[in-house]
Amino acid sequence: MYDGWKIILGLIVFVIIVTLPFTMSIGKPYVQPKPSIDTPEIQKMEKKQCIEPKQYMREMHIKILYSWKDYATREGKRVYVASDGKQYDVSLQNTCMKCHSNKEKFCDECHNYVNVKPYCWDCHIEPKVGGVK
Amino acid sequence: MPFRIPTTAGQQFSLPWIKYSKIDNPSTGWGVALRMFFEIAFFRSLFRNTKADILNGRLYVGSNKWLWIGALAFHYCFLIILVRHLRFFVGETPWCISLIDSIDSFWQIGLPMLYMTDIIIAAALLYLLGRRIFNPQVKYISLPSDYFPLFLILGIVATGILMRYFAKVDITSIKELTLGLVYLNPIVPKGLGSLFYIHLFLVSVLFAYFPFSKLMHMGGVFLSPTRNLANNNRMKRHVNPWDYPVKHRHYEEYENEFREKMKKAGIPVEKE
Ligand code: HEM
Repeated sequence: MYDGWKIILGLIVFVIIVTLPFTMSIGKPYVQPKPSIDTPEIQKMEKKQCIEPKQYMREMHIKILYSWKDYATREGKRVYVASDGKQYDVSLQNTCMKCHSNKEKFCDECHNYVNVKPYCWDCHIEPKVGGVK
Repeated sequence: MPFRIPTTAGQQFSLPWIKYSKIDNPSTGWGVALRMFFEIAFFRSLFRNTKADILNGRLYVGSNKWLWIGALAFHYCFLIILVRHLRFFVGETPWCISLIDSIDSFWQIGLPMLYMTDIIIAAALLYLLGRRIFNPQVKYISLPSDYFPLFLILGIVATGILMRYFAKVDITSIKELTLGLVYLNPIVPKGLGSLFYIHLFLVSVLFAYFPFSKLMHMGGVFLSPTRNLANNNRMKRHVNPWDYPVKHRHYEEYENEFREKMKKAGIPVEKE
């Protein structure tokens, strides 16, 4: 009694599972995220920079926002001093979203790309599409 | 095999009115399928792990489930983490992966949200390593090939945890790198820290080391003859499939050929 076919079947199943990332992408176009900073507020700025340098923001914005939550709601601290000495109001709505008023073209662009679902909007009011309040 | 060599861990099937254990000593293919399922999904044989100890000069043998719990926790967390990583490798993450993700982080501790598998896998790995370091009997039989995978996976988990919760990395750029590989169009985005490359390197070492190491028990568990054969030695005739016709010669023919010589040498013969 030879059982070779069972082993071959198992190997086929293994190969199918392991190549899933490749096979699942077949036929689907590759969409690169292009977060847009084209909003009225940002257009008005001379030097287009967020509160900290771009690369730092890309990596750390989540930590900054998390610490801002504690500053504002627990410690009552409402001023953030950036590394270049500038001062900002600790507020998601009034500081971040003032410039980045295009949530679905800015925030969502990368968040959907890497499949993260921030729960900020469980409490904060989500900006209306179009960015006008 | 001319007969089967399953480990018997229960009453064998014999007479219909004698109760037999269908899973631990299966006599049918379905029983074997169940036994293999419990072995692979729940490490059933490890569950029977016992520990012997001498207390007050007497030998005691008791059940010991720690190894089973540690191993099960480690393997399931590893699986879940691996599956969760699929979000870096497919353009649009399937809903089932998102579901696993949200269950794994349902405590909503911190931001980025804490995955409970991260805590459990780290604890399980430290236990599995500690067992080899502090338990004298296990330490005695531990080889470098036992420590190496543990250290390797600890390194992977440590860099992963550092990246997610402490040092922070640019996930979007990382996904551009991984998707570049998936679409066979590799690019190296700028601004990726060394931590990510350490993580990736250790993972690559793990995958390269895998097929040549004890980690192949992943495939091997399916091929353990003592588990994946039904114990039906007394019901079915098992013929060795690679038995070939052996050339043989009867004693009679032998004697016919050498009878004269044997007589001369004084060796007794059957036929004169
Ligand atoms: C055996 C394979 C791997 C294991 C066991 C592993 C383990 C981990 C762990 C435990 C974490 C912590 C956060 C989490 O649980 O998601 C993590 C994070 C991470 N891993 Fe892996 N990893 C593996 C393979 C990879 C590969 C192949 C890549 C990419 C090429 C990768 C990229 C990342 C990234 C970017 C993070 C950070 C995730 C975040 O910040 O949310 N990992 N890894």
